[in-house]
Amino acid sequence: MVVERGLSRSYKGGKEIPMTQKYLLSIYQPDGETPPPEVLEPIMANLGALNEEMQAKGVWVFAAGLHPPSTATVLRANDGDVLMTDGPFAEGKEHIGGFTIIQAADLDEALEWGRRLAGVLSPLPIEVRPVAF
Amino acid sequence: MIEDVFRAQYGRAVSVLTRLLGDIDLAEEAVQDAFATAVLRWPVDGVPPAPAGWIITTARNRAIDRLRREAKGHEKQAQAALLHHEPEEQEVGDVPDDRLRLIFTCCHPSLALPAQVALTLKLLGGLTTAEIAKAFLVPEPTMAQRIVRAKGKVRAARIPYRVPRDADLPERLKAVLAVVYLIFNEGWLDRAELAEEAIRLGRVLAGLMPDEPEVWGLLALMLLVASRREARLRDGRIVLLQDQDRARWNADLVREGQDLVRRCLRWNRPGPYQLQAAINAVHSDPPTDWHQVVALYDQLIAITPSPVVALHRAVALAETEGPERALLEVDALDLDRYHLFHAVRADLLQRLGKDPAAALEAALDRAEHPAERELLRERLRALRLAADQEDRADDDR
Repeated sequence: MVVERGLSRSYKGGKEIPMTQKYLLSIYQPDGETPPPEVLEPIMANLGALNEEMQAKGVWVFAAGLHPPSTATVLRANDGDVLMTDGPFAEGKEHIGGFTIIQAADLDEALEWGRRLAGVLSPLPIEVRPVAF
Repeated sequence: MIEDVFRAQYGRAVSVLTRLLGDIDLAEEAVQDAFATAVLRWPVDGVPPAPAGWIITTARNRAIDRLRREAKGHEKQAQAALLHHEPEEQEVGDVPDDRLRLIFTCCHPSLALPAQVALTLKLLGGLTTAEIAKAFLVPEPTMAQRIVRAKGKVRAARIPYRVPRDADLPERLKAVLAVVYLIFNEGWLDRAELAEEAIRLGRVLAGLMPDEPEVWGLLALMLLVASRREARLRDGRIVLLQDQDRARWNADLVREGQDLVRRCLRWNRPGPYQLQAAINAVHSDPPTDWHQVVALYDQLIAITPSPVVALHRAVALAETEGPERALLEVDALDLDRYHLFHAVRADLLQRLGKDPAAALEAALDRAEHPAERELLRERLRALRLAADQEDRADDDR
């Protein structure tokens, strides 16, 4: 909940609400081959430009692209043992291919950046999720 | 008296307190506290001269007391900040657009439509979770969870509490009007309290956004449809417009709706709600001028092309061009799953002297509302009776 007038004057249970909220923008992509360079290169160039714009506006916190899910390892601690399995946690048709963390005043601002990211990476869906701590 | 004030002022109080406190749950608690106090005090002290202002001031004081208690001992800094935040007296009053901000929060596109509807009814309508659950025929725990989850998202994801900027306003307003109209449609046939709540919300919106013709269009549409409420059902069956007892139409609502439609026409900025209102205004002035109705549907289709609108246009077309022409248009529509498509076909077939039984059966298969099913059953019964009589007449010969 953000009140338009004077963010610093918003209080929740007597606690001051910080000026900005961090959001995780997850990029979902289908499993399978990465597109050929002639497809990928202009997309990466646009993505780079968007990241730079986010940095210039003080919105950008962190961004990363990930290796394929087949390179992942899952660990789970149980009764002092740590079980290790090869591959991603969830086998599905889609996986998180990368993510960006931004800081924004409210959801509208975060969605606006999410919209831009979705435009650059079309047709990949972007999930916008607030960071709790 | 307190109940009337509650119904009329709950949304206003919650929206003002939401602005002051920056949190919906705190605002709701504070307003409920204030009404609980009113229940005890007003019968003894008398109703204050400005009940709404009293509720808001009391709610604000309650909230500050509560926050002070919670902040005591620790979070000295927060306490100091809170005292600093104590609003000026004039701020306590009704800032005109507080409810507008709240309704845009409730109808934020990042919330699913059922969540938007539930939040709007809860926060602006002051309906209880139980009432909303009952109105939408879902179990109360389901509705409670829906509301808690929606409020949780508003808070955690920071859905803003403000009127959208001009560039976003048309799209966002569309979502708000859709929520209000959905509430109305859910209620107009047999849940009067929902329809009344939708009209009340429509009036609030029109008061808050007097320069948006579509807001007035929606209000006019709801008033005109609601004006026929009493005439719309007979013995648990839907009564079609042309068969309704006009003496049972609510003349005040008709007049108000028609006045608003005229006002919209003067604006000359037509939109889907205004056009639907205009169509209803024509129907409210019998005998219906079907040429005008067709012309209005033509405009409506130009703005919002949809097979459902085309179906309604075809009904009017049957009156101006005849059932044969209308049936051609209807048969071209891809609406097999919609009960009205089959009901309209049945009517047109019958008027062309063809057997409508199969179309009526198809409509009955797809209709859900008991009153609509009853009307279709009645038409089937009448059809069979007529067929029997014909058989008997044949036997006699």
